[in-house]
Amino acid sequence: MGKDGTGAPVGRRVVLGMLGLGAAGVAAGGYLQSGLDNLLASVTAKDPTGLSGLLPGGQGFRFYSVADSVPHRSAADYRLTVDGLVDRPTTYTLERLRAMPRTRLVRDVQCVTGWRVPHYAFTGVRLADLLAQAGVRPEAKALRFTCFDGVYSESLTLDQARRPDMLVAYEMDDKPVTAAHGGPVRLYAAPMYFYKSAKWLSGITLTDHVQPGYWEHYGYDMDAWVGRSNGRTDAPTS
Amino acid sequence: MRQRPETMRRFTTAERWIHRTTAVLMGVALLTAAFLYLPALAELVGRRRLLVSVHEWTGLLLPLPLLAGLAFRAVRADLGRLNRFGPHDRRWLSAALRHRTVGRPVPAGKFNAGQKLYAAFTAGAVLVMLGTGLLMWFTHLAPLVWRTGATFVHDWLALAIAVLVLGHIWMAARDPEARRGMRTGWVSRAWARREHPLWEKESPDAQPRP
Repeated sequence: MGKDGTGAPVGRRVVLGMLGLGAAGVAAGGYLQSGLDNLLASVTAKDPTGLSGLLPGGQGFRFYSVADSVPHRSAADYRLTVDGLVDRPTTYTLERLRAMPRTRLVRDVQCVTGWRVPHYAFTGVRLADLLAQAGVRPEAKALRFTCFDGVYSESLTLDQARRPDMLVAYEMDDKPVTAAHGGPVRLYAAPMYFYKSAKWLSGITLTDHVQPGYWEHYGYDMDAWVGRSNGRTDAPTS
Repeated sequence: MRQRPETMRRFTTAERWIHRTTAVLMGVALLTAAFLYLPALAELVGRRRLLVSVHEWTGLLLPLPLLAGLAFRAVRADLGRLNRFGPHDRRWLSAALRHRTVGRPVPAGKFNAGQKLYAAFTAGAVLVMLGTGLLMWFTHLAPLVWRTGATFVHDWLALAIAVLVLGHIWMAARDPEARRGMRTGWVSRAWARREHPLWEKESPDAQPRP
């Protein structure tokens, strides 16, 4: 092997050292990341290039979609239907939703994968108001939400849906919801992990039992209270 | 096989296939990671569950080519060379750190100290990424605080790996003869004398020819 193959086993030490550092990072990473989040948030705020947004853990939304592409529907074409176990099935245009009483909530957004966006404003119509207009029949126990991406779905119990912090939102950060964020209209379930806040909302169906949504088929909790579900202990958002 | 006088055998077929398969798996892992992680790319393709599955299985497969390669003596011999650091490696490193490798070459063996460190880093990184990836994949394996820590390590190490892999590709792009060595297994003796003189001297063909 020649001169090359003798000497200290530095390669092995590097590998073992990395395994040690990796284990230490797993043990301490939760604390390190929250410190870094604060640092990165202040850097990102002053960074004109936007490059710091590529670093892990910087504050901000991450884009998740289970569909093939971002579905687009214009403000004029948009329709939301409320049907199922109701007395008056109704179809709403965006204009009609905007004409209803507005509710603006500023809360933290908490994703079940760990990222959190602090103090973010959502504006829209209370689910409770839509339910009242449709007239919920006594046998209805739950809501099923469907989306015009053709794939995603979500669910809430009737009691959850009637909370004042459950919105059908048409504004995020006081601007119309963009297509990437689920516009023109999305669900905003403030006290729950963000997978509950279905993007591209197009249908609300009243059902007699809870029908699991898209991620719930893959093991996510149906009652997705922030800090009290999915094995997580985040601070509550509502 | 009779050795051609002006070329030297640098990599065996097994070694080149280990490199190829590992490179493809690493490329797929990095690409799927980018599409899962960068919002602009994620918006282009969606299909999150498919990307996650491809990324997970690529990660699982990543160590296998090298593990299978351990069956070959040439692979084990080169791993031995990569592992050991002699005095010449320390000289090479300190020269490289002072940017003195250009013009006044520091003798290196079959692998220079930079290549040795890169190999060790990659081996360690693949194992750490595998471990943290499994913690994130099978969420019931560990308490939440470990999972947050695993995500932290996985994200930042991914960034480091991406930078180093790009550096690796950049170095290869600048050296056609090194690429030929990995593609065909053979390099010219002149190149070996220039880049890896200690290795060139080892070869039985190194005696002055008539």
